[in-house]
Amino acid sequence: MKMKKLLALMLCLALVGSLAACGGGGEETPATDAPDTPATDAPTTPADDAPAADGLITVGVINNDPNESGYRTANDAAMRATFTEANGYKATFYNNNDAAQQIATAQQMIQDEVDFLLLSPASTTGWDTVLQDAQAAGTQVILFDRMLEADESMYVAAVVSDMPAEGKTAVDWLEAQGLDEYNIIHIQGHMGSDAQLGRTGALDEKVAAEANWNYVTQQTADWDEATAKTIVQSVIDSGKDFNVIYAENNGMARGAAAALDANGITHGVDGDVIIMGFDSDKWAFEEVLAGRWNYMGLCNPLQADTVDAIIKDLVAGNEPAEKIIYTPEQGFDAAPLPQADVDKYGT
Amino acid sequence: MTAPVKDPVKKVESARESFFKRLTRQQLFIPLAALVLLVLFNLIADPSFFAVSIKENSLGNPVLSGNIISVLDNASELVILSIGMTLVTASSGGQDISVGAAMAIAGSVILRLVCGGQVNADTMHMNLFLALFIAIVVSMLFGAFNGTLVAYFKIQPMVATLILYTAGRSIAAWINNNELPIMNDISFKYAGTFLPGIPVPTPIFVTLFVILLFWLALKFTNLGLYTQSVGINASSARLNGLNPQFIKLLTYMILGACVAVAGFLRVSRSGSINYSRIAENIEMDAILAVALGGNALGGGKFNIYGSVLGAYVIQFLTTTLYKYDVASTALPAYKAVVVILLVVLSAPVVREKLTRVKGRTPAKAAKEVS
Repeated sequence: MKMKKLLALMLCLALVGSLAACGGGGEETPATDAPDTPATDAPTTPADDAPAADGLITVGVINNDPNESGYRTANDAAMRATFTEANGYKATFYNNNDAAQQIATAQQMIQDEVDFLLLSPASTTGWDTVLQDAQAAGTQVILFDRMLEADESMYVAAVVSDMPAEGKTAVDWLEAQGLDEYNIIHIQGHMGSDAQLGRTGALDEKVAAEANWNYVTQQTADWDEATAKTIVQSVIDSGKDFNVIYAENNGMARGAAAALDANGITHGVDGDVIIMGFDSDKWAFEEVLAGRWNYMGLCNPLQADTVDAIIKDLVAGNEPAEKIIYTPEQGFDAAPLPQADVDKYGT
Repeated sequence: MTAPVKDPVKKVESARESFFKRLTRQQLFIPLAALVLLVLFNLIADPSFFAVSIKENSLGNPVLSGNIISVLDNASELVILSIGMTLVTASSGGQDISVGAAMAIAGSVILRLVCGGQVNADTMHMNLFLALFIAIVVSMLFGAFNGTLVAYFKIQPMVATLILYTAGRSIAAWINNNELPIMNDISFKYAGTFLPGIPVPTPIFVTLFVILLFWLALKFTNLGLYTQSVGINASSARLNGLNPQFIKLLTYMILGACVAVAGFLRVSRSGSINYSRIAENIEMDAILAVALGGNALGGGKFNIYGSVLGAYVIQFLTTTLYKYDVASTALPAYKAVVVILLVVLSAPVVREKLTRVKGRTPAKAAKEVS
């Protein structure tokens, strides 16, 4: 009996401990961690979206894990810097790469009657109930960074990166290189995420359409640098020829480049293998600038200001002019990359 | 006239039987058999799998390259972890599931120290060995935390280590202020890649060194005996003058040191860290390596070489699957098949049945002859 009680006690402590630790690490801050949110919300009438009595707009921010990549770190930091009390918000943040956990937290936030639910979904599907609940409760949903599959009427605005366009830009750039044959190592991100689907889609289409575009291998490294390195090393070990590495984020491109370096295969502008990455890391810009990589598709992580403007407009009674707002993005290669752009977009 | 003819046949048969029996009873039988199976498969499917060539890397050093080298190189972290995991399993009858998260902490500590708080550092701000030493101390403290919960509070190891499993990656991120630091100094990467002029990947040497260290410790100290006796029966070990709690705590701290070395190898492969992805799910592979090595997951007798072999088998399997373009998301499914086979084969019911079947056939044959 004593043992059981002790065990139960420790289990409780473990739970509390993990919550506290997560809060401390700033990684996972579940909505239930902020019991004062409903209290201050009490005078709010969610239907008309008036700010709470203390003048603060309550927002629930659901994002992915900031440690997933440099891109996400910048994205999360920008959101946290924008939605502060000084800026007129009472914000609750939650970070998790697991869509199921995100959905559970979103429902909790809707029950807590937040005015706005800001959402960067980990997967594009499975959000129907959340969106319906939000509509029923009068919570306005704004998507940022990533899209989900739902009717446009289910959310008020989406400030996102146009992932299919990013993929298209990259594939067009690759085509413009005019290689005789494209033997591609395609390293994919987390399967089912918006970024992976968009960046894979364009390349898949091209490889299917053109006879001289081939996949040497197509594998997911789950955004992980070490896995990407292993994948490329295994292709090298098996003696297959390749001349393009299309990695769906910069970290994985870096891992791929490390595998090439270890085998003395040249890459970059004057090298044998073209290296392509995505996102906005400053160090990756520098790789492109130095000619060690050939291309980086910019994925702009800084949507916080745009989201902020939309919310302020909505509270003032103005609907956003466009439902889906794409953040300005472009592809960069070594030739026309001025230092000014590195400073402007690098994060 | 028939008897003398049949007798030698029977003798040979029974000799063969007992040889087979002796072989299967060997603890290293399972991992060795798995390794032989994998080697045979690759030999038949594509012998070029075993080709090793010398190439020149981008720094102008000659380096060995090939699937076998990749297996030995990439298995390093897992081998080191599985040694520590074997000791923990033997002493406490449970596993530490926080090793992946603890590796993130160790890696984060090292990068924080050598980068000196910078996000993108070109030179090392601290002697690498000092940084590694500090990481080992930090990691052993976390190991002591786990060990205390298990040994003194008598919490099931899986539950006790669940705490660090959940919190570890956040702690790792917190150590570096949620930044993802990058170390560009080439000498930082020597440990994870190649030393100048030496064609064999450094992690292989580090792994050999760790194995040697444990071989010496087990040979010249009572660590092995004490761990084993605590694992088999803690109260009788206590009656014999051992301190079971301390021994358990010690094994968790030793695992902590292993974790730090593994974390160091992992971050020095790339000079960077990704807290939520680094060494993800490696705890499962480490536990699988211990099981593959024929060690009882309930504690007691153990053999670290079995676990080492088990770790190499797992990496061999992973590399083989990569070679044949099996999607990396499907890898866990293949590992699951291995786990199911192992667990079923080592279940007492199945074991009993198997030995009975083996025991009965020669006896029956003998009866029929007489």
